[in-house]
Amino acid sequence: MDTTTRHIKYQADCDPTFAPAIKAIPGCEKLDSCIQCGTCSGICPLSIYMDMPPRRIMNLVRYGFKREVMNSNTVWLCSACYACTVECPRQIKVTDVMYALKQMAIKERLYPKRFPMVVLANQFYKMVRHRGRMNEIHLVTRLYLLTNWFKLLEMARLGIELIRRGRFSVKPDNIERRAELHAILDYEKRYPPTEAAPK
Amino acid sequence: MTKRYTYFPGCSILGTGRACEESTRAVFAELGVELDDLEDWNCCGATAYMSVDEHKALALAARNLALADTKECPELTTPCSGCYLVLNKTQRYMEEYPRVGDKVKCALKDAGLNYTGRVRVRHMLDILVHDVGLDEVRKHVKRPLKNAKIAPYYGCQTVRPYLDFDHQHYPMTIDRLAEALGATPVHFPLKTRCCGGSQMGTLPNVAQRLCYAILREARRQGANLILSVCPLCHFNLDSYQPDIRRRFGEDVSITTMYYTQLVGLAFGMDPETLGLHRNMTWDGSWLEREVLAGATA
Ligand code: SF4
Ligand code: SF4
Repeated sequence: MDTTTRHIKYQADCDPTFAPAIKAIPGCEKLDSCIQCGTCSGICPLSIYMDMPPRRIMNLVRYGFKREVMNSNTVWLCSACYACTVECPRQIKVTDVMYALKQMAIKERLYPKRFPMVVLANQFYKMVRHRGRMNEIHLVTRLYLLTNWFKLLEMARLGIELIRRGRFSVKPDNIERRAELHAILDYEKRYPPTEAAPK
Repeated sequence: MTKRYTYFPGCSILGTGRACEESTRAVFAELGVELDDLEDWNCCGATAYMSVDEHKALALAARNLALADTKECPELTTPCSGCYLVLNKTQRYMEEYPRVGDKVKCALKDAGLNYTGRVRVRHMLDILVHDVGLDEVRKHVKRPLKNAKIAPYYGCQTVRPYLDFDHQHYPMTIDRLAEALGATPVHFPLKTRCCGGSQMGTLPNVAQRLCYAILREARRQGANLILSVCPLCHFNLDSYQPDIRRRFGEDVSITTMYYTQLVGLAFGMDPETLGLHRNMTWDGSWLEREVLAGATA
């Protein structure tokens, strides 16, 4: 019977490409200068719900603990309030690091399945790509159909109130020059980026 | 002298935040400010697009900057704090990171658009208080809102990370505006605390807890009104009060509105024009009962 597990990580467990990939994203370059002061964790209004506070994420990212970071709920709780970014004494754009992690998680499908935030981001992304604009009612309906359709019933009160007050727009809105928008968004597809090898 | 700005409404404004647009247009028209609509604008991408793809998020928002670039007035203004932040961030990142800027510009050029970098993104609150000015606002006040005790709620994205028109930690712009309308701003320590944003849809227990704290604090400070700046903050604070009461077993009900709606009320405009009937916490007798009663004496 082999149930003994090792709780201390070896450096060999780390992913050496993780930190360089994150640091290459605009806004995340200063990650190494983090002094682990914990200001970001202290100011973060969502940190009480996070399994790992922002300070810890910063440290895990720069030392390459990709699996731990990607398994935590932290980035999916971040609501981009920018409090950490403003308060960090080392001017690290913590919010941008959170965004970079979200992007990587979505690209590599490394997110905790139960998190509706991912579904919301993906549905939003698709809708705006297609139409150029977002319709909140459609977005929320899709979110609940894909995650927890029972919630739609809970939302009935709000829905009725919104209809009564003329705030419920069912007609999706499109921009006129959709081709122009698609040309902009597909730029990378036409000219694939020559991956600048991270140092 | 009429002032003119290029106007970017944003998606929320077309849907649940309609009242924000109605009151904004009414108030700015009264003040003689012309809002020149940006034709065929697209969604700024909000927080969601940035979570999926950085380049695409910046390029998406940059299309709006390029459209604004062709306008005679390079000042692009929006009533939504989310749009304000995203457009502002895009413009700044394109300057700060030439590698990013060049790529986005190439993508725009490919689609026949050009961005020269002359556009400046401005918040409507900034324009109202600093360009139009409080003296001008005061001149239009027909109905001083003497008994309105205001908890000014700025929310996150108006003040962070880019606030160039006020103090980032304890902003006073709405407070001063409220005073100009004859109202009294209360000391409100949570004025820039997060309301949970779009987490209200994804993790309601989390976002409702944040809103609960804000609503409760406003009442504790003796306010009878929360003023918000952004359609999403307003939606969260305005629409979920019954849910919050049920969840936390405490009545935290308080009237909430957009700052432009209050300005309109002080200007003597009728509540319908300002879209007040669209707010969930609006009750027709509120103005008479809480604000005007005894105020004229
Ligand atoms: S506030 Fe900045 S320096 Fe301090 S722990 Fe957070 S990221 Fe590191
Ligand atoms: S931006 Fe995200 S991580 Fe930073 S304080 Fe706000 S919620 Fe927390």
